[in-house]
Amino acid sequence: MTTIHKVSELNMRNISKAFAGVAALKNVDFNVKGGEIHALLGANGAGKSTLMKILSGAYETDEGMIELESGSFAFRSPADSKNAGIHCVYQEVDTSLVSHLSVSENIFLDQLASSKGKAWLKWGKLHEEAKAVLDQIGLTLSPRALVRDLTLSEKQLVLIARLLAEKAKFVILDEPTAPLSLEEADKLFEIMQGLKKAGIGVIFISHRLPEVFRICDRITVMRDGERVLTELKGNIDMSGVVKAMLGRSFEEEFPKLPAHIGDPVLSVQGLDAGRRVRGVDLEVRRGEIVAVVGLVGAGKTELSRVLFGADPADRGTVTIAGKPANLSSPSGAVQSGIALIPEERRKEGILVRESVLHNLSLPILGSISRLGFLSGKAEREHANGQIAGLGIKASSVSQLTAFLSGGNQQKVAIGKWLGTEADVYLFDEPTKGVDIGAKSDIFRIIGKLAQQGKGIVYLTCEFAEALGLADRILVMCDGAIVKSFNRGEATQEDLLLYASAGREELA
Amino acid sequence: MKKHLLPFTFKYGALVFIGLVILFFSIRNEYFFTYNNLTDILRSISIVTFVAIGVTISLTVDGFDLSVGSTVSLSTVLTATMMVWFEMPLIVVLIVPIVVGAAVGLLNALLIVKIRIPDLLATLAVMYIVNGIHKTYTKGYSIYNNMPMQDGTTAPGVMSKEFLWIGQGKLFGVPFPVILMLLAVIAAHVFFKYTRWGRQMIMTGGNEEAARLSGLKVKRVRTLAYVASGIFASIGGILFASRIGSGQIDAGAPMLMESVAAVFVGYSVFAAGRPNIIGTFFGAVLMGVLVNGLTMMNVQYYTNDIIKGAVLVLALAVTFIHLNRRKA
Repeated sequence: MTTIHKVSELNMRNISKAFAGVAALKNVDFNVKGGEIHALLGANGAGKSTLMKILSGAYETDEGMIELESGSFAFRSPADSKNAGIHCVYQEVDTSLVSHLSVSENIFLDQLASSKGKAWLKWGKLHEEAKAVLDQIGLTLSPRALVRDLTLSEKQLVLIARLLAEKAKFVILDEPTAPLSLEEADKLFEIMQGLKKAGIGVIFISHRLPEVFRICDRITVMRDGERVLTELKGNIDMSGVVKAMLGRSFEEEFPKLPAHIGDPVLSVQGLDAGRRVRGVDLEVRRGEIVAVVGLVGAGKTELSRVLFGADPADRGTVTIAGKPANLSSPSGAVQSGIALIPEERRKEGILVRESVLHNLSLPILGSISRLGFLSGKAEREHANGQIAGLGIKASSVSQLTAFLSGGNQQKVAIGKWLGTEADVYLFDEPTKGVDIGAKSDIFRIIGKLAQQGKGIVYLTCEFAEALGLADRILVMCDGAIVKSFNRGEATQEDLLLYASAGREELA
Repeated sequence: MKKHLLPFTFKYGALVFIGLVILFFSIRNEYFFTYNNLTDILRSISIVTFVAIGVTISLTVDGFDLSVGSTVSLSTVLTATMMVWFEMPLIVVLIVPIVVGAAVGLLNALLIVKIRIPDLLATLAVMYIVNGIHKTYTKGYSIYNNMPMQDGTTAPGVMSKEFLWIGQGKLFGVPFPVILMLLAVIAAHVFFKYTRWGRQMIMTGGNEEAARLSGLKVKRVRTLAYVASGIFASIGGILFASRIGSGQIDAGAPMLMESVAAVFVGYSVFAAGRPNIIGTFFGAVLMGVLVNGLTMMNVQYYTNDIIKGAVLVLALAVTFIHLNRRKA
């Protein structure tokens, strides 16, 4: 990558794509210049991933062409696209890496595996070349390290090193920051700037608007399979982007429902569990939404799991509605009146190979059965009630949850608890990987639960959500609650300050 | 047309295949499609079906029980010795092997659920242990009426008539083991389809952590599944003793593979793609039909396994092509 590219340009012209007769993309034009970072935004289902799959050769386009300096193309396979200099870093980094090989081998994987490659491997030279590429993106990592020992963000960077080694001209980063902590994301942004300086055109997909505005030069918004807007960053603000994505404004989108705040329903005293939960005190009243915010790794997920009995507590007392809670197991916690909507939705929240019907009835099998025999009628009535009440979009109750969108899966993960009459709901990052439309539905569901007098604990690293939704915000840092704010008292900067430097506040 | 044909093959292919096989044998041999022969086939698969129901249960909770074959062996000789050595009444003769089968299941559960040894390894070890126990118990001899004992005396008891009727008798012209088998199949199917505990097992097998975080007591569910597997294997052993009229050593050794094959063929029935009782039953039927028909055609006994294996490959191929397409 020592040569400097002349300014190149990528044009997707008049792209249309339909699946089984349903149009996913309608005459989309999309332009990326070399040396710019171009954000591609849109709610889930807006067509951005379809567009990117056409660009990366995973799908064939029905109509339209992709124009590069080297000519016009309609890619038929990912290899075509790579040959034209277009590379994609998918969110699931592990699928693109060979975990038991070294960093060097992974960086040069395509060349090593190619039939045109050299017959003999010169290990010293390979590692040297890998080192050079790593230096270029400022990654201090031994080229001999095994990929399986790397963190997720390092794996991502290895993939970026790979596309540098392959002299990519255009790069698609598909939600790269979703699993990263703030520091890791900062590191990624630096590298993206480096790519930009090297004349590479970067297409950046993200759900997080603040980082989009921080890093990107141009923004394209898609909605319902059409491109609705392409603007220089300076010419538009966040609410304008949200409006373009939804057709509605931010305030209209996330209104807080008023709820009557009553007696304490959850109180936690001196809860300790390992090193990730240290001396947590917590009180939640009926109808109150308490947000627990903190950076990734602050111990929020661990706290929620301990409160739900999924992991053991070392010491501390937890009281639900005046009675001591049994947190020896999740089933005990459920009986005590706690429900958890876990962060890892597809692994822990729902069973993806089971139907919507069976997922929704899972926690209430006892109450819909008599002498052990399930009442099919009661089960279906419950499921239909939740589907209508929560607006779950499913073709039928027997649809497998694997085929629902992220937002609808989350609604199933929430809906299964609504029949249990739990007093306290723990939400762990419920909007992660969920599009804005479903996000507002989820906020409305949470608001309604509060109105019914439930206590809500909302654990999140999205400060804006906490500020918009919560009656009280607790800041967590290194396993301890370091600060409490009432509604309207805090700004994002305050929260970030305490979340990242909480230890001084403790001392 | 093709759009409808492919799902149809996946859903009903296995049943159509069974029908074709039956048709084939019926044309080749006039005695094949007779009442006597068909009930004979069902009687021949009744024991394997019981064991296969147990295997289905352990597979449903995403486990695997390799010890079922040796449990059948142990149960067979236990049943026989209860009568031949100890002259116990029928009720004791039936209860003791079932309790022992449940104990083997509990041991499996202890190793897998509590100590967290991977299921294949734990049940492999238990398979050896139980195998050793059943041979040590009988000192390597098969058990039969008034057998000579090591001390030179003769065993006091014989296999009782009532007991032998279980495996050899008929009720309304239907072999009694066939009736038992059908009852067990229906009961197990109802259990998985309509009861809370069956659903809990299916959900636990689907994703243990998600089931646990939904408030299920997954350890208890998995323990019960292994106990059930042990009990069904021991019932298979009792039926075996009653069918043969003696306690053969190593009687259950071929049962493991036969029952597992039946269960996996069952994955393809109605395109279930997962362990299911109805599928298991039809899997056992298919295997029974093949063995019976091939024997009638005088195909050598040892060639049967090649055909059984090929059928299993076919069923698995259909199942997994379908599952992978559905994922895509």
